[in-house]
Amino acid sequence: MNPVAASLQLATTTAAQATAIGWQGVAFAGLLVVVAVLVSVQQRLGLQRPLAEASVRALAQLLVVGFGLRLLFAPDVSILWSVGWVAFMVLFAAWTVTRRAPTVPGLLPRAAISLGAAALVTLGTVFGLGIFPFEPRYLVPTAGMMVGNTLQAGVLVVRRVVDELTEQRAEVEARVALGQPWQQASRRLLRRSLRDALTPQVETTRAVGLVFLPGAMTGLILGGVDPVDAVLVQAAIMFLILGGTAIVSVALQASITGQLFSDDDRLVPLPR
Amino acid sequence: MSHEDAATLLGLDGVTVTVPDGTVLLHEVDLAIPADRTTVVVGPSGAGKSTLLRLCNRLEVPSEGTVSYRGTSLADLDPRQHRRCVGMVFQRPVLFPGSAADNLRAADPDADHAALVDVLDAVGLDAALLERAADALSGGEAQRLCIARALLTSPEALLLDEPTSALDEDSRDEVEGLADRLRERGVTLVWITHDQAQAARLGDNVVALREGRVVFSGHVDDARAAGVLREQAAS
Repeated sequence: MNPVAASLQLATTTAAQATAIGWQGVAFAGLLVVVAVLVSVQQRLGLQRPLAEASVRALAQLLVVGFGLRLLFAPDVSILWSVGWVAFMVLFAAWTVTRRAPTVPGLLPRAAISLGAAALVTLGTVFGLGIFPFEPRYLVPTAGMMVGNTLQAGVLVVRRVVDELTEQRAEVEARVALGQPWQQASRRLLRRSLRDALTPQVETTRAVGLVFLPGAMTGLILGGVDPVDAVLVQAAIMFLILGGTAIVSVALQASITGQLFSDDDRLVPLPR
Repeated sequence: MSHEDAATLLGLDGVTVTVPDGTVLLHEVDLAIPADRTTVVVGPSGAGKSTLLRLCNRLEVPSEGTVSYRGTSLADLDPRQHRRCVGMVFQRPVLFPGSAADNLRAADPDADHAALVDVLDAVGLDAALLERAADALSGGEAQRLCIARALLTSPEALLLDEPTSALDEDSRDEVEGLADRLRERGVTLVWITHDQAQAARLGDNVVALREGRVVFSGHVDDARAAGVLREQAAS
């Protein structure tokens, strides 16, 4: 086992008490939601109910996940259950992408394949190279970070492709009318949509550490891991997220764009 | 009725176009657009004029019926090759980012400098414009550049969808003045217009549409005699 993974295992066995905040801690933190509700009332934002609902829902979802993970991480439970959990995450992420762009035909299987491919490559790298041990405790949270971030890129690239082709339909049709194949007619716009989808992750990567401390690193430090070891883990994860984001963006864009054009290069109607 | 005799460049036989919400844009249209002539298409807004032109460039396909080019159904032709034979110019000039030369090379990447100068000359534009940014051109220059771009594919026909409606009077005269030059190059023109006087000035033939149906198709003198042009103006 590499030194970082060894350090992580040591930390996870010793830091449980240090991070157990209990219901009382959650309740104190929840007071800040009350502050947000009061701001909403004072500013007449009408967000009291959504704020309360979102907070309760988040807590409920996290508790379900927490109890689920406790089951998965039990010593005698097969890692295949964790693999199934990751597969469910990928499918749910694909469904989320589809829901955000319902006008794109055949999106669900394409999103699932793109997100699945990115998860396979990134997690394969993490566990294949022994960055983390292939155990449920490492697999599920790492996959969560990968799929969560690539999901955002997937939603963004699909929406940007639809927006670009809708807003710039005149340019696409003018190019097609000259006899250009759809791949050429849409190239400039697709390139721009891909750049837009990748830029947030690039900016996040650029600002990491200076502007914010990302979740994995924060969690490790709170859990008692040496900050330098936590930084190394975070750096590895950031690079994988960056790669995963690129894989999903390119694969999803390539696979859906053909669905938006007919065999004779006509752009299909795209209600937004 | 056959629309596929030797003089017919573009033919429509029983063409109906229905959009997904059920609206019928064209109803069983039979039409023959002759080669080497200027056909003007008139009719009120929503009559189906633009749909007719888009069918001819295959930017639309009929729900029923057949569109043909020189007697061959467009479904049997290579769409990209067909679009280069039957060019299209839109109501508002659509210029691509880059210079005027970049725009022209979008139609023919292999065109050399002399070819670009030649096609600019054909539409009455100066060669000095070649390196100018496309978004710095006036409305009239932009529309003429669009026509030049379409000419670079050496089309047999040009479909012009109200090419002067978004232009001021001087620019309109510039673009209209191209009609004779294009005919001298042997290009068949299909020109949509709302302007009765323009239709009378430019057209050899007139096609009048109303509510997706052809209500007149014939020589411009017959259109005048039948009161079609006046009728369209009243519409």
